[in-house]
Amino acid sequence: MSVYFLCLVLFSIGLYCVLRRRNIIKIIIGISIMEYAVNLFFILIGYRWHGRAPLLSQNQEVLRMVDPIPQELILISIVIGLSVLALLVAIAIKIFDKYNTFDITKIRKLKG
Amino acid sequence: MLELQLLLLFMISAAIIAVEAKDMISSVIALGTVGIGLCLGFLLLKAPDLAITQLVAEILCLIILIRATLKQDLPLVRDGRWFFNTFSTLCFIVIFLIFVFLALKEISVFGNPEMKIAKEILTGSLDKTGATNFITSVILDFRAYDTLGEATILFAAVIGVAAVMRKIGRNKPRA
Amino acid sequence: MVDSNKKEEIGMSFMVKTVTRLTAVVILLFGIYIVLHGHISPGGGFAGGLIIALSFVQVMIAFGKDIALRKLSEAKAAVLESVGGLLFLTIAALGFLGGHFLINFFASKGRPFTLFSAGTIPFYNIAIAIKVAVGLFSIFIVLVILKRAKKEE
Repeated sequence: MSVYFLCLVLFSIGLYCVLRRRNIIKIIIGISIMEYAVNLFFILIGYRWHGRAPLLSQNQEVLRMVDPIPQELILISIVIGLSVLALLVAIAIKIFDKYNTFDITKIRKLKG
Repeated sequence: MLELQLLLLFMISAAIIAVEAKDMISSVIALGTVGIGLCLGFLLLKAPDLAITQLVAEILCLIILIRATLKQDLPLVRDGRWFFNTFSTLCFIVIFLIFVFLALKEISVFGNPEMKIAKEILTGSLDKTGATNFITSVILDFRAYDTLGEATILFAAVIGVAAVMRKIGRNKPRA
Repeated sequence: MVDSNKKEEIGMSFMVKTVTRLTAVVILLFGIYIVLHGHISPGGGFAGGLIIALSFVQVMIAFGKDIALRKLSEAKAAVLESVGGLLFLTIAALGFLGGHFLINFFASKGRPFTLFSAGTIPFYNIAIAIKVAVGLFSIFIVLVILKRAKKEE
């Protein structure tokens, strides 16, 4: 239970970073931390005491394995997270070219 | 269990450094530390496929972020409503954590998941698909629509990056 | 003297280039190994595709943009990404031979623990690996090329 709670504390650190920082790169870092926390939470849910990795070996009888379905979801989620991060970085670079700053409050002032 | 808690405390401290560090490069490197800790956590939780993928994805993530942060840094500004904003954000996070604590009682205990679908996959997957890596057999046979959707999202992300980064109005005369 | 030195030194230093020349092919082969053995050992299309993309990114960082683009140009990358997606869809549509979309339609799945087993899963792995590798590499190309174009202006 404490492991779940620590994992969500990690999530809330990312949330604080997204809500409170003014630099766009810091916001991207906060989004990445939140994504890592959610990935870890899924794998924690699927863990089983003394379970094995979901792989068969040659002459193996025992079938006490961890849950493969959350692992499958997160395997896809990691690649999606990487491409979304690249998209966010592209948008940040474009904003820097246009306004010459990473500060979101100044970007709001330069509207119109 | 204890090693997992220590690893999580390590990740939390690295995340705090990533949030609070003054210059961008050390912040990005602290983010890389969080990712490597996550990779170790996947190994402890018996997910070797995820550990490989996370390690490689972390390196690419660092390269892309360092390429973006070779610009200027921002100093920490304390304007008039700094204390009010920080206080309200912290209140929001504390309320969030209280609700998390209430909600975690309803979830199944750590280490004993309900494996209704997974039991069928673990027992019958070898006859149905012939693959001995069960994650691959789930990802490309039982739930292959997920992979199809992932391919679509990856394609959309590539198109999105190309559309954002293209040069607009290069030949257009300036008004 | 200074100008001729500058012309030779595109990319990183001599040492980095030598190490890259030795390791890039090994990393590429390791990625291909992980893709092909995805159904009998840890790994698969996603991890292998990321490793293949990383080998190209390493060449691009060490040698500069031009030499990396000579190995895999933008037009070729665009074609290969479409090939990856279409290969996945084609194998999925071939599932109508066995009943419905995305089915593992091979009658005999082969002996387990060998390379040629598990029906359509290795082909799906190859398609996903091409898609992921070329997709991430083309994201990286786009992010680098704009910086270069801005410098030239």
